[in-house]
Amino acid sequence: MILGKVVGTIVSSTINDGIKGSRYLLVEKTDQYGKKLGDYLVALDIIGVANDELVMVTEGSPSRETPETVSKPVDALIVGIVDLIDENETVVYSK
Amino acid sequence: MILARVVGTVVSSHKAPKIEGIRFLLLEKIDPVTLKGKNDFVVSMDSVGAGTGEIVFYVSGSSARFTDVTEGKPTDSAIIAIVDNIEKDGSFTYQKSQ
Repeated sequence: MILGKVVGTIVSSTINDGIKGSRYLLVEKTDQYGKKLGDYLVALDIIGVANDELVMVTEGSPSRETPETVSKPVDALIVGIVDLIDENETVVYSK
Repeated sequence: MILARVVGTVVSSHKAPKIEGIRFLLLEKIDPVTLKGKNDFVVSMDSVGAGTGEIVFYVSGSSARFTDVTEGKPTDSAIIAIVDNIEKDGSFTYQKSQ
């Protein structure tokens, strides 16, 4: 998974994803300290994430391994909101 | 999924079996804040009827085959959405002019 911060939303009325009520968030990739890296992707949100949260994003076909996304055209899925990251026994990020 | 602008079309008459009647669009990846092109291009199968100049997002890899248009086709890229607007930190960085 990669780390990223939710920085916005993408609205699209012409969509062919086969998912009812799909919600797409703009995610900016970050390092483990939550520092933004200026690289963005669009990720499907099925767990309900607020703006500015640090999240884990799964990329590629494993994105289809949930009931909502099985056999759906998804390659980036938010799988969790990060509460805390520690590195070498030191907390480097906390919500 | 990756945000991109439709910058053109790709026509191929001599191609692999099973991909007749499918539109190939030339996409340029864009920065969602400045909307500037990143000079990074991809050819993607169109499953939503996107037109040149529109901003879309596309899915890559095996997931690209999970739309009605691309099912069972040898594609690793499919456009699944035409973007109406991009909101970042409370303001719109892009709004489709209607």
